[in-house]
Amino acid sequence: MIKLIGRKSNWVSSNFLSRRGLCLGALPNGSAMEHLITQLQSHVHNVLAGGGPQAVKRNSSRNKLLPRERIDRILDPGSSFLELSQLAGHELYEEPLPSGGVVTGIGPVHGRLCMFVANDPTVKGGTYYPITVKKHLRAQEIAAQCNLPCVYLVDSGGAFLPKQADVFPDRENFGRIFYNQAIMSAQGIPQIALVLGSCTAGGAYIPAMADESVMVKGNGTIFLAGPPLVKAATGEEVSAEDLGGAAVHCKTSGVSDYFAQDELHALALGRDIVKNLHMAGKDVSTNGLQNMNYEYKEPLYDVNELRSIAPVDLKQQFDIREVISRIVDGSEFDEFKKLYGTTLVTGFARIYGQPVGIIGNNGILFNESALKGAHFIELCTQRNIPMVFLQNITGFMVGSRSEANGIAKSGAKMVMAVSCAKVPKITIIVGGSFGAGNYAMCGRAYSPNFMFLWPNARISVMGGAQAAGVLAQVEKGSKKKQGIQWNKDEEEKFKTKVVEAYEREGSPYYSTARLWDDGIVDPADTRKIIGLCVSASLNRPTGNTKYGVFRM
Amino acid sequence: MVSSFLLLRRDATKITHFKSHVWWTRAFSEQPNKTERITKILIANRGEIACRIARTANRLGIKTVAVYSDADRDSLHVASSDEAIRIGPPPPRLSYLNSSSIIDAALRSGAQAIHPGYGFLSESADFAQLCDDKGITFIGPPASAIRDMGDKSASKRIMGAAGVPLVPGYHGDEQDIDKMKLEADQIGYPVLIKPTHGGGGKGMRIVHTPDEFVESFLAAQREAAASFGVNTILLEKYITQPRHIEVQIFGDKHGNVLHLNERDCSVQRRHQKIIEEAPAPNISAEFRAHLGQAAVSAAKAVNYYNAGTVEFIVDTVSGQFYFMEMNTRLQVEHPVTEMIVGQDLVEWQIHVANGDPLPLSQSQIPILGHAFEARIYAENVPKGFLPATGVLHHYHVPDSSGVRVDTGVREGDAVSMHYDPMIAKLVVQGENRAAALVKLKDSLSNFQVAGLPTNVNFLLKLANHWAFENGNVETHFIDNYKDDLFVDAKNSESAKEAYEAARHSASLVVACLVEKEHFISAKKNPVCSGGSNLLPIWYASPPFRVHHQAKRTIELEWDNEYDSGSSKILKLTITYQPDGRYLIETEENGSPVLEVKATYVKDHHFRVEADGVINNINLAAYSKDQMRHIHIWQGSVHHYFREKIDLKLSQDDESQHKPQSESSAIPQGAVVAPMAGLVVKVLVKNETRVEVGQPVLVLEAMKMEHVVKAPTSGFVHGLQVTVGEQVSDGSVLFNVKDQ
Repeated sequence: MIKLIGRKSNWVSSNFLSRRGLCLGALPNGSAMEHLITQLQSHVHNVLAGGGPQAVKRNSSRNKLLPRERIDRILDPGSSFLELSQLAGHELYEEPLPSGGVVTGIGPVHGRLCMFVANDPTVKGGTYYPITVKKHLRAQEIAAQCNLPCVYLVDSGGAFLPKQADVFPDRENFGRIFYNQAIMSAQGIPQIALVLGSCTAGGAYIPAMADESVMVKGNGTIFLAGPPLVKAATGEEVSAEDLGGAAVHCKTSGVSDYFAQDELHALALGRDIVKNLHMAGKDVSTNGLQNMNYEYKEPLYDVNELRSIAPVDLKQQFDIREVISRIVDGSEFDEFKKLYGTTLVTGFARIYGQPVGIIGNNGILFNESALKGAHFIELCTQRNIPMVFLQNITGFMVGSRSEANGIAKSGAKMVMAVSCAKVPKITIIVGGSFGAGNYAMCGRAYSPNFMFLWPNARISVMGGAQAAGVLAQVEKGSKKKQGIQWNKDEEEKFKTKVVEAYEREGSPYYSTARLWDDGIVDPADTRKIIGLCVSASLNRPTGNTKYGVFRM
Repeated sequence: MVSSFLLLRRDATKITHFKSHVWWTRAFSEQPNKTERITKILIANRGEIACRIARTANRLGIKTVAVYSDADRDSLHVASSDEAIRIGPPPPRLSYLNSSSIIDAALRSGAQAIHPGYGFLSESADFAQLCDDKGITFIGPPASAIRDMGDKSASKRIMGAAGVPLVPGYHGDEQDIDKMKLEADQIGYPVLIKPTHGGGGKGMRIVHTPDEFVESFLAAQREAAASFGVNTILLEKYITQPRHIEVQIFGDKHGNVLHLNERDCSVQRRHQKIIEEAPAPNISAEFRAHLGQAAVSAAKAVNYYNAGTVEFIVDTVSGQFYFMEMNTRLQVEHPVTEMIVGQDLVEWQIHVANGDPLPLSQSQIPILGHAFEARIYAENVPKGFLPATGVLHHYHVPDSSGVRVDTGVREGDAVSMHYDPMIAKLVVQGENRAAALVKLKDSLSNFQVAGLPTNVNFLLKLANHWAFENGNVETHFIDNYKDDLFVDAKNSESAKEAYEAARHSASLVVACLVEKEHFISAKKNPVCSGGSNLLPIWYASPPFRVHHQAKRTIELEWDNEYDSGSSKILKLTITYQPDGRYLIETEENGSPVLEVKATYVKDHHFRVEADGVINNINLAAYSKDQMRHIHIWQGSVHHYFREKIDLKLSQDDESQHKPQSESSAIPQGAVVAPMAGLVVKVLVKNETRVEVGQPVLVLEAMKMEHVVKAPTSGFVHGLQVTVGEQVSDGSVLFNVKDQ
């Protein structure tokens, strides 16, 4: 069967015809995936409602908008917004923390892509839980990586005090937010704060550390200590507005720069600030331009079919080219080294006219596949081509033959190449992501610019069953040393426990709740999201790649 | 040799040229209008008529000279002519009524003729005379005819002598009550009693029966004496249902006069015509012939030539017609006549001025169907048709065969307070009255003006009125049907209907606005300010959101004329659908969600599908005073909305914030609290001597103790704080003085 995607038109048409037949065969995956998507959408629906009807009502009674509405009003009208980690904090704490209490994402303002960080005052008063801090820092990391001006929509009560130990002291904790602001400002990445609500204690440093800040009369307050703490500390009795209202900070203290009459005014001022950003000499419009096609074709195949391609049961193999053909322009994919190391698919394509290098899994990584991967990554870095990793990997081949062939050495080459590659890297996990395969295919630890999961994804160091087998053997051994006999039932029970734990922890929700990724996406949105991510990533000139020592 | 010959030739040419010029000037001054034809016309007017005259002149190859006041420097009539000369400041008496300026301009420009248009100097006999004196052809009747017809009583005398029917009446000096009664009985009731002096309806009385006469007459006399100091009264037949019908006549300098049929101008507001038509509806051919004959007689009686109009009042009850007055100029409404006779009257005027005979004979004048003219004014209809001013931010006029728009303004021009607020004349022609009326209605609904209030909607209502459709026109038409024609500002039922209609329109408006916005951003080339060259994908339609659909809220303000013009905010939420449609919800509870598909065609034109109905829509939007003003035209429906746009509010805070420390002047030697805190120790008492740096009291703040020390050596005074007392930041704690 022809499953290849050719660029010659006769190939395309024959491929197209064969696809029709194949599609029917692939459809059974559809309903299971539909179920996963429905489940995903219902989770997202819940977090979009913020902190619940009561809190939302209270918020609007203060003439305040919800964080996503605030972002909508700053964005260019009718433009897109790439929201990140919508389900951060999902079932992470005893209490629900929708979107981790902060909305982050990328969108254009006056034609310039910006990173938004918007506290949700309806969620625990916008206070920072550990995951809130992590999400805020992740947004800053992306901003720094992609050279995106940061717009902070501040409305937060500061650190969530009961969890201060996990919020306050460590390197990647609350203080890092201001550190990042300082470092980014130093790099010329604009830091803009709109104080739309309270901004207490540590939070006060967000506007204070910003390059420019706006405050809303009445709602916006900035102080190191609120009226209760001031009274406790010094006995002084003062109202919040007199202590740290917009008038105080715009007229007397100079903590803020622009005085807004109301929230909409503040958001308009925020747009104006971005309009006036001038990045002379930092224009990257020629970045990757030489090879850009402004006229592009949509994929030949319906992107919605992506929902029925990936099997929910990861044991079922599927051809990654089915995915590629629904992501790339005109379904045209020029494969590199097609006949060698066939479990890894590599090749060149375009997404919205932008050339990309694609690496996708078609099975276990063997020696040859790993070498082919390393080779292809070198090609992309050499030519300044952004890379897209489509992960569906159970790992590197194990066994004596493989080890003897130096699978560790080959894997190391690919890991070295992935680590050092300075081109934009986007990772999508379309199936399993296990073991060292996760590393070689640019997992979270390899700092891809963006990383998203499909709802059917699974991430863990190895499969649950394998882990259970290994652990049961170890346990059996240690019990044996102690002279304890393990009966079959106990062993099964032990194994089941391990499998269940792996099942839970390998779930995409477990991952996305902890910010091991940037969000779970509907497979049908994959092309769009990759396009937006590549666009954001190209906002900074690509650095020169220098590799370390490849073990030969 | 050759070159010198050429030189000679050139000189020779020069001389000839010069000679011919001299000859020409002489010829002009000695024998005006005889051998020289007009090659350059000065148009002593402005606005649409100036443009209209220039159009014909251009067609005939005649150069035009416009004149302009300071207010009109950039106006269309200036742009439409070959030359333009400034004649003075904006007030008409200093510019368009300033004869000497205009004559100067004509002489300067070398124009042989002046066309006065209508209004301004068009019916000034003195001006016509002045032109004649200066050797300039006045394109119009002889000064004598203007003078004769300008005097109302004189004109009636002349007309009476020529056998033109006059409204029966008594204008005599004998004011004896019995004589008056006798005259009244002779005229026949109802009779109008009118003081000879004064005006404005003061002292006017309508007497319906002979018994009422004496009482009314005496009352009128008293009132006239009190108001005007003269108690002479005139009597006239009162016509209860009059029509205003006028006849276009034309004469040449060879004594030929003919008429070009009549126009009905009965529909008037504030004594000004707003819809005219030709021919007059519901009259017989015989009546037409009589009217025309009377008009020709009237013109002949004053040796008239060029274009003129004889106005008659027609008693619809008796079928009698009477002479009212003669307008010795080209009328505003002349295009309806042009439409039905297929002639260009300005061209005729120029021919006649050139001394040519009339191009047609009476029997060759046709009636080609029916024509209407609607005058589009900048005016405030609900406020009694008060003239309005403003800028035409959007101006789109209908364009189709059989439709003619005479206008003096373009989009972006202003209708100023200095001159007549007429924006345009919409003229339509159809094979009969009904067909022309269909065209009129259609053209009116396609007549788009945004930026100032107009009477278009009112005209549309008028044209749609059943009585108008039947041709039942008379001068009281608007008054008779005012309940149908004017909006009832306090009708809750209509107010609700109007609101529903506005809500629907608003939904279409936002769909179009969003669609056009997308169209524009999609057409933009990749913006180079940062971002990558993939930036356009961020503006793809519909805007992308992760796992949800992008929404948008737009608030439109709308005035409900059925609810005393009160304004209402319509809050519309737009949800972008994946297929490019928009779901539009209004805040109103239970109001249906409208699914709209808008397609931008071009300019202001959209095709919009809502609820399965596809419509043409025109949308105009302009920004002014921090508002976006949006007009939508759909079929015969027009709505106007406003959207607040510019949020650049002042950054000033009215509530002045004053830090406490600034409010009081601190006396010398005073020691103030360095911060807010609690007094925990007082170490010295009042009147005790302290050395510089000696601790005086201790404050606790921020978990720390702060020792307040003496700033200088001296005696402590005014130390009033005690242990446990709270002091505020900047408050005076004590003074240290020498004594």
